[in-house]
Amino acid sequence: MSFILQVSNLVKSFGSLTAVRDVSFEIRQGTCFGLLGPNGAGKTTTIEMMEGIKTPDAGTIMYQGEALGTQFRNEAGIMFQNTALQDFITVREIMIQFSRFYPDTASIDELAEQFALHDFLDQDTRKLSGGQKQRLLLAMALINKPKIMFLDEPTTGLDPQSRRNLWRQVQQVKEEGATILLTTHYMEEAYELCDEIAIMDHGRIIAHDAPDALLAAHFDDVVVQIQAADIPRDIGEREFQAIYRNDSAHIVTGDVNRTIEHLLHLDIPLNHLRIRARNLEDLFLELTGKELRG
Amino acid sequence: MWNRIYALFVARNLEFIRDRSSLAWSVLLPILIIFVFAYAFTEENPEKFKVGIIAGGALEGAAAEFGNTRFVKFIEFAEVESSLSKVERHQIDLLFDPNTNRYWINQTSPNGYIVEKLLIAAYANFGEALQQILVEGDEIRYIDWVIPGVIGMNIMWGALFGIGYVIVRYRKFGVLKRLRATPVSAIEFLAAQILSRLWLMIAVNVVIFVGMDFVLDFRMHGSYLNLFLVFMLGSINLICCGLLVAARVSSEEVANGVLNLFSWPMMFLSGVWFSLEGAHPAMQKFALLLPLTHVTAAAREIMIDGAGLVQISDHLLVLGISSVILLIIGARIFQWE
Ligand SMILES: Nc1ncnc2c1ncn2[C@@H]1O[C@H](COP(=O)(O)OP(=O)(O)O)[C@@H](O)[C@H]1O
Ligand SMILES: [Mg+2]
Repeated sequence: MSFILQVSNLVKSFGSLTAVRDVSFEIRQGTCFGLLGPNGAGKTTTIEMMEGIKTPDAGTIMYQGEALGTQFRNEAGIMFQNTALQDFITVREIMIQFSRFYPDTASIDELAEQFALHDFLDQDTRKLSGGQKQRLLLAMALINKPKIMFLDEPTTGLDPQSRRNLWRQVQQVKEEGATILLTTHYMEEAYELCDEIAIMDHGRIIAHDAPDALLAAHFDDVVVQIQAADIPRDIGEREFQAIYRNDSAHIVTGDVNRTIEHLLHLDIPLNHLRIRARNLEDLFLELTGKELRG
Repeated sequence: MWNRIYALFVARNLEFIRDRSSLAWSVLLPILIIFVFAYAFTEENPEKFKVGIIAGGALEGAAAEFGNTRFVKFIEFAEVESSLSKVERHQIDLLFDPNTNRYWINQTSPNGYIVEKLLIAAYANFGEALQQILVEGDEIRYIDWVIPGVIGMNIMWGALFGIGYVIVRYRKFGVLKRLRATPVSAIEFLAAQILSRLWLMIAVNVVIFVGMDFVLDFRMHGSYLNLFLVFMLGSINLICCGLLVAARVSSEEVANGVLNLFSWPMMFLSGVWFSLEGAHPAMQKFALLLPLTHVTAAAREIMIDGAGLVQISDHLLVLGISSVILLIIGARIFQWE
């Protein structure tokens, strides 16, 4: 498989703050690549350099083997983290306006169908709800039938149902053959949509692979989760090195049988016991010592 | 390229037309100003007769008696030639030269008729001879004089804020950033903004001009085509000024400040409201730096004196050349973010 986009050694500083330090990766044609990291990790700065919006201080970005140019502008679909639209303009009008910018465009009717825009096609864009606006922005990003899409935190601020809807739509776009670069600070989102993930923190990529490969490489254990109220903290920490988060105690173990025997032996109630595989959230914690959603 | 410019042009037009409050403002404000002036200045002061006297030593005999008439304002002029237009335009009621006992009067001026009677009576008392010379010309009301300036002023506000402020807002709220992520180039974007603003301002001001002419029937002695050219060139020039301001600024407050810094001096120092003839020479020089001075002066020469393109070519040249320079600088330093 060939790389559609390659970045090497990107650096970007704002004054004394270095937002992106020496970031390199490649995106394979037709895949979804996720940049996962907490707020302030440098995801937006990275993606905006790749979109040609921000100029890197150092490093190179190649689209299909060439520097970003007209071809890239015509073939890239971009959805910013926050996008303002011009005032006093309806959904339909802005779709028409953007379609006139490109040589080859998708049908507005079909996009409206696909993203359920019909109910508010003639409404002022300022009157849309969060979910409606994200759908419009995604549709706008698709108006030029892009070969590569950039989605910067597309579901941040959406309710769970709108988020699932948008995931489904992104999935569909991917199935139609577009390559996607996505940033997010939602572990589930990255896991659900991405074929490859780079975990970012403090402007650096600290891990990079397919989601399951990342987990397999770092973990050969599982998490036994018990209600915090059921296991006194001193016992939990002494006997199991449990980590207390929210209302539960998390026990990481490579041998579930033994751990459960031990718990039974100590008369710990297991009514709320749950066993789960380690996820990206755990990985982030493991790698950085802090939580993804700080 | 034209597709993209057209798309942006249409979008900007829609925004302008749908933004009711600023649309209303740009139409109603100048009309309001013109009406205030029309009514404030048509109220004539009948006791105020104005007579121009050509200088030349102390007045004697009949001339002295006439010169002592109460409730007549006597204004001294150095020579006849340059003062005649004042009689023609009813700015003074009569011009009197005591050195030669000649006087000039406009037959259509009622005030002139009365002042002439006083002059003749004074001379009859002394048995001296007088020579009457008639001049022609319609009265120029203040409203005739101020209208070119008010239209110019309206163009100035519309151009500076309609371009400067709007682009800065686009930049601040990220509209420019979104456009930058498309194949739209800076030149295409700016061209669309200029064309849209130009066409909308022309439409609005033509409506104002025609409407006002219908009601006030003001003086228009020149060619409408030339007048159109002047206002058009003035619009382009002021739009380019707005563009320069908007090229980099991303804070509305800064843009507002700079635009006000441009516009208020023009508002009061470009000879829109009062003539710069008597002003300090330094101020007259400064006024020549302001585009609105040239717009107003050229429009006035066309409307009041019926000037042709040759007579106003200096103004056109200044406006044209500075537009090109401003546009080049503005486009050069333009930044999306
Ligand atoms: N225009 C800017 N000026 C100054 N600092 C910035 C700017 N943009 C981003 N930053 C800083 O760079 C860091 C990375 O930001 P960003 O790329 O937006 O992170 P993320 O998208 O991962 O939340 C943050 O500390 C942010 O405050
Ligand atoms: Mg971000």
